[in-house]
Amino acid sequence: MEILLAIIIGILFSCALYLMLRRSLIKVVIGLALLSQAANLLIFTAAGLHRGDPPLIPEDAVAPIGAHADPLPQALVLTAIVIGFGVLAFTLVLFQRAYMIIGTDDLDQMRSTDTESTDLKTLPQQEIHEH
Amino acid sequence: MLYTILAPFLLAVLAPLLHHRLKDLSGWLFALVPLGVFLYYLSQVPQIAAGEPVYQSYAWVESLGISLSFYLDGLSLLFALLISGIGALIVVYTGAYLGQDVNVHRFYLALLAFMGSMLGVVLSGNLITLFIFWELTSITSYLLIGYDHHKQEARTAALQALLVTGGGGLALLAGLILMGHATGTYDIPTILQSGDMLREHALYLPILLLLLAGAFTKSAQFPFHFWLPNAMAAPTPASAYLHSSTMVKAGIYLLARMQPVMGDTPPWFYLVAIGGSLTLVVSAYLAMRQVILKKLLAYTTVGALGLITTCLGIGTDYALKAAMTFLLVHALYKATLFMVAGGISHSTHLYDTEKLGGLGRIMPFTALGAGLAGLSMAGIPPFLGFIGKESVYEAGLASPGAMLWLTLTLLLAAVVNLFVGLLIAWKPFWTTLDAPLSEAHEGNVGLWLGPVLLGSLGLILGFIPGTTALYIVGPAVAATAGEAIPVSLSHWHGFNLALLLSVITVALGILAYRFRHPLRRLLEAPGRLDPAGPERGYHRLVEGMLWVSKKQTCLLQNGYLRVYIFTVISFLVALPIYTLVAGGGVPIPPEWPSFKLYELGIAFLIAGAAIGAACTNSRLTAVVCLGAVGYGVSLVYIFYGAPDLAMTQFVIETLTVLIFVLVLYRLPRFTHFTSEFVKYRDMLLAGGAGVFVTILTIAALKVEIAPTISTYFAEQSVPMAHGRNIVNVILVDFRSLDTMGELLVLAIAALGAYGLLRLNKDEKKDKV
Repeated sequence: MEILLAIIIGILFSCALYLMLRRSLIKVVIGLALLSQAANLLIFTAAGLHRGDPPLIPEDAVAPIGAHADPLPQALVLTAIVIGFGVLAFTLVLFQRAYMIIGTDDLDQMRSTDTESTDLKTLPQQEIHEH
Repeated sequence: MLYTILAPFLLAVLAPLLHHRLKDLSGWLFALVPLGVFLYYLSQVPQIAAGEPVYQSYAWVESLGISLSFYLDGLSLLFALLISGIGALIVVYTGAYLGQDVNVHRFYLALLAFMGSMLGVVLSGNLITLFIFWELTSITSYLLIGYDHHKQEARTAALQALLVTGGGGLALLAGLILMGHATGTYDIPTILQSGDMLREHALYLPILLLLLAGAFTKSAQFPFHFWLPNAMAAPTPASAYLHSSTMVKAGIYLLARMQPVMGDTPPWFYLVAIGGSLTLVVSAYLAMRQVILKKLLAYTTVGALGLITTCLGIGTDYALKAAMTFLLVHALYKATLFMVAGGISHSTHLYDTEKLGGLGRIMPFTALGAGLAGLSMAGIPPFLGFIGKESVYEAGLASPGAMLWLTLTLLLAAVVNLFVGLLIAWKPFWTTLDAPLSEAHEGNVGLWLGPVLLGSLGLILGFIPGTTALYIVGPAVAATAGEAIPVSLSHWHGFNLALLLSVITVALGILAYRFRHPLRRLLEAPGRLDPAGPERGYHRLVEGMLWVSKKQTCLLQNGYLRVYIFTVISFLVALPIYTLVAGGGVPIPPEWPSFKLYELGIAFLIAGAAIGAACTNSRLTAVVCLGAVGYGVSLVYIFYGAPDLAMTQFVIETLTVLIFVLVLYRLPRFTHFTSEFVKYRDMLLAGGAGVFVTILTIAALKVEIAPTISTYFAEQSVPMAHGRNIVNVILVDFRSLDTMGELLVLAIAALGAYGLLRLNKDEKKDKV
């Protein structure tokens, strides 16, 4: 199964990177989400798989009995999942905001932080900041 | 000695403040500091002449073998006297020449800082401190040349001088480090003892070439001579000080300093002597064509530096004597003539020698200074210049090997010197013009004091050649030769070849002056070749560097996110593959295990969903595929003993899909921006990265992980943390601070998202 998972991780990485190479920002965001899945799976697999028993300690024992899965990578991945979600959510909102202001999701038109003024001119009137 | 170097620096810092109070007096008062330094070094003369060098050392960067140490022997002393003595007169001259200028305090600052740096160069007892002071002189020279910074010409010249000398400085640093490596020390007095070892060292030639690159750029030797005439854009006090008598001689100082340990080898002789004599010939040709006062002086300065370099290259006792004598002579008359040129231009606002005349009666003191210096330059007895010229001839005649060529070159130099001497010290003062210069007037005492004093010094020292030889030139020659050699200077050597050459020189010089107009026309003919000179190489180099930096910025910092990602992935794939191939090949997978059917099912689910997400044209499909990948991954977690992960993944994936769907209707449709070719190229690259990650995973599986940490957590979970779910215990107990950090990240992301969403809401309200 490790070999199979290794191949799957490779496929996930390929798809994620392919999406990140697109010009459309939304694809890049989806690619990012895929990439974090792939990375999590990589950590989980690389630490060694153990089919079955979770790292739990029975009620009547002070240490786990018999073979069990390694708890350390699980703790790492758990943290990574949650943080990945936080970043993804923020990215999505940021992207939505950027799209509202710039009016495109073409990364080639988001090449500089200084282009806002020029880009504003090309926007439809109702979308311009009107304070 | 440390204080003599620090004093000018200290004064440099205070100069702008003091100048506002002292106004016109500042030149005179500031000059007291270099004067004090001069007197201090004068008091050292007897001890040095007795052959006892002074060495002082202060600990600095001991771990690197760098100490702040100073070494005073005959050579350093000669330079220190010139720097401080001429420096004092230049400061006075500055007060008179630039006193009315609003920015003169800046000039004082840079000038005095230069003085300290230059003293540092010649007094350093350590290679690294020498280099630091060396670079400081380049920087202060840059500031002084660019003093009239509103002029394009001054800025260009300043930058050129900085780039040329700074580039040479880098080569010098490399050479000095190699030298320190070869000898095992950066301490100059120690290195001076290890000449035989250094000359036979395998690194001798690289060290020599690098040192010469530093010395030749600094001292404006061919083919780097072009920056010096351009540097005449500096105000005259700076030209008189830096670009005739001191800074440009730093290269000479370096050569003379290294002569005992690096000299006396065939490469030294050929490179230094031929480099110097080539410079001589080129500068002689260029000088003969000039009519502008300061440019004339600049080209003869290049020539004089070439002459000293040639003598150092020859390296015989005669030649070293000639080099040191001529160094002293040249510093005295050239600084004088520069100050004279500045005085003339200050008074008449004319720069062309052919337009000047009849100033002798109007400017008697300047004319006196000019006359004294001119006669010394022309090499007329009883001036010190005559002795200098005679010893140069002797050196040429006594040189081994290329005697004829060298002697002819030296003759040419002397003729040009005489010619230029006449043009500057005679022509403006004692010829009559059709229309007299009505504006002309004698400058104030500050303008002519320096020329008169320095000019007379050339005469006085010429009267007492024995004393000069004993106290000034002799110790310097001894330091340059590495051993004490008897030096005697005198005017009369009997009727010999050198005397005959002197007579020929005078005759040729006067002839050249008489027939200068046809001569110039003759020399103008090859002028078409000028643009092909070495300066063109400099311009090409600068343009080339700008071009390369522009191109590489366009290539690497182009603002296209996917180009960055592309580059990063390319290296991510290429470098490990290279390492894998070079380092024993791809790890061979262990035996192909059997799969359970559900495992294969999950694998197909994840892979299919991922490919679907990458290829679909519909936003909704992509999001659904993303969700499918997530659920697939959580199934993997379930089957491999990670129920906590599976639960979290499940919840998070659901949330992610929800958020995507919620935001989705506000987002644009998928658009196609790229061509088919780019798609295939990206697929290839992404595929390569995937293969690499697969290999990496397989390789990682083979690594044995030390079980200590996990075992520790498992064993201590109940006794220490009273928890039975080990993963949870790790998160909330053993590594709780990490979890805190994680929560913080989430909180910040949530706040950020909330803020952005509020912004949208507020805008909508405003619009309504």
